[in-house]
Amino acid sequence: MILFGARSDLPLKNDATSRFLPWLIAPMVFLCSIALAGTIILYGMIGRWDRDVSGTLTVEIAAAPGDAQTSAEQTRAKVEAAIRILSDTPGVIQARALSQDQLSALLAPWLGKTDLLREMPLPALIDVTISPGHGPDLDALSARLDKAVEGASIDDHRVWLSRLIGLSRAIAGLAVAVVVIIAGATSATVIYATRTGMAVHREVIDVLHLIGATDDYIARQFADRAFSLALKGGVLGLLLNIPILGGLGFFGLHRLQGGFLGDLSLPFLGWIGVAVLPAAAAFLAMLTARLTVHATLARMV
Amino acid sequence: MGRKTPNHGNVVQFDSVGLRYDHGPEILQDINFALPAGSFHFLTGPSGAGKSSLLRLIYLAQKPSRGRVTLFGRDTLLARRYELPALRRRVGVVFQEFKLLDHLSTLDNVALPLRVAGAGEAEVQKFVPDLLDWVGLSEHIHAKPPTLSGGQKQRVAIARAVIARPDLLLADEPTGNVDDDIAMRLMYLFEELNKLGTTVLVATHNQSLISRLQHPRLHLENGALLGPEP
Ligand SMILES: Nc1ncnc2c1ncn2[C@@H]1O[C@H](COP(=O)(O)OP(=O)(O)OP(=O)(O)O)[C@@H](O)[C@H]1O
Ligand SMILES: [Mg+2]
Repeated sequence: MILFGARSDLPLKNDATSRFLPWLIAPMVFLCSIALAGTIILYGMIGRWDRDVSGTLTVEIAAAPGDAQTSAEQTRAKVEAAIRILSDTPGVIQARALSQDQLSALLAPWLGKTDLLREMPLPALIDVTISPGHGPDLDALSARLDKAVEGASIDDHRVWLSRLIGLSRAIAGLAVAVVVIIAGATSATVIYATRTGMAVHREVIDVLHLIGATDDYIARQFADRAFSLALKGGVLGLLLNIPILGGLGFFGLHRLQGGFLGDLSLPFLGWIGVAVLPAAAAFLAMLTARLTVHATLARMV
Repeated sequence: MGRKTPNHGNVVQFDSVGLRYDHGPEILQDINFALPAGSFHFLTGPSGAGKSSLLRLIYLAQKPSRGRVTLFGRDTLLARRYELPALRRRVGVVFQEFKLLDHLSTLDNVALPLRVAGAGEAEVQKFVPDLLDWVGLSEHIHAKPPTLSGGQKQRVAIARAVIARPDLLLADEPTGNVDDDIAMRLMYLFEELNKLGTTVLVATHNQSLISRLQHPRLHLENGALLGPEP
């Protein structure tokens, strides 16, 4: 294959050592694109969680003791008191109690849709919208609520979110490490193939030198060859990946809609990033081959 | 001292050059000579005298064990690796063992010096077929060297050596595999180049060539160089 209009004076096409290159690079690009897509999806998820959660907090008020009737009445009074305090607090935009139906809907996944819920003393939840950036002083608010309303507690979602974000970052870091290791392994493979090719074609290289070829003239031929082989392997690896990424997006859209994970599909920019991988592998292979030839020739006299 | 001072009119100059391979005897001992620009010399001597070795020193395939080889005014021992391609492009070499690339066609073999110098396809198509025609190989333009006869390979090697109009042409037994008629025709090619300014050095055993063409002779024997003798 002739690239960039360059032609080859070296019979590299028939090299047994370089022919295996695409078959090694295909799985590498495959793994790399999984890692990259996974990281992008993960970061999208973290961003959405962060956005969803940073403008809100939840105040929970434990159900008052007593029979169902009195408990419900007392709890409702507590909720009203809490809402008054919240509404007077600077930084709070809106405080709204969740209705019985909304509560049931929240619990349904765990308890099922049963009338039993109506009988149970459920805690009341107040959904609070806070002004992003200028939220209330949570410690002071918590103290005031504590004093005025028995059994009130604030959940600002930060604790579990920060744990999730920490976990996600660790996974993303791992993915980056995988990509770096794969890039290193690809380079090592190309170095090996190039060195072997140079040893096989030592005589041709000598003749080219005697005729006045520069090291770079020779290096470019190995580099072009490595580029086209790596590109072939990279495209193959990418093709293997498309059904997986497409399937993940489909699954996310149709099975988990509105759920905790949300949209699992790769955003447009992510697709571009993944699509660029074969080219990146090809350029890496080309650069590696070129530098390898230069380094090897410089050591030859 | 009797040694020649550096002269930029000389394309090649040897000063007290000695050459030994590994720990063997000195093949060449204390060689002093110069090839003035535009000159034409024969290099003679018995087999094993070191003719090919002397040419290798000139085309920078071999470093002298001692002494100094100057090429186009540049001391080759001081030349850095990156300077060598430019020096070598000014030298056309007909190797005794041809050194053709077996996987390339006749056309591509002959085009190599143009291509390594960065010439485009237009230039290749303009010059190579004509030259192959001249050396009688137009029917074998797409043949690969393994399918050619010894004499045909030799002509491919000669065409490759002259295609880029080098400033210096080194030919090592360029007529060893062809009959006298073709030998004379090839020699005229060298003479034409020489008239255009190329300095020529031809190593040969062919006495009839030497006597028909009146060029000075450098004679190698027992490691020493005699001449030039007319
Ligand atoms: N690469 C080498 N390593 C060791 N010895 C060598 C090498 N090349 C040549 N020689 C020796 O150097 C001597 C000169 O060889 P060279 O090829 O220069 O002779 P020549 O004059 O060209 O001979 P011919 O007319 O047969 O071509 C020979 O004795 C040969 O054995
Ligand atoms: Mg010889």
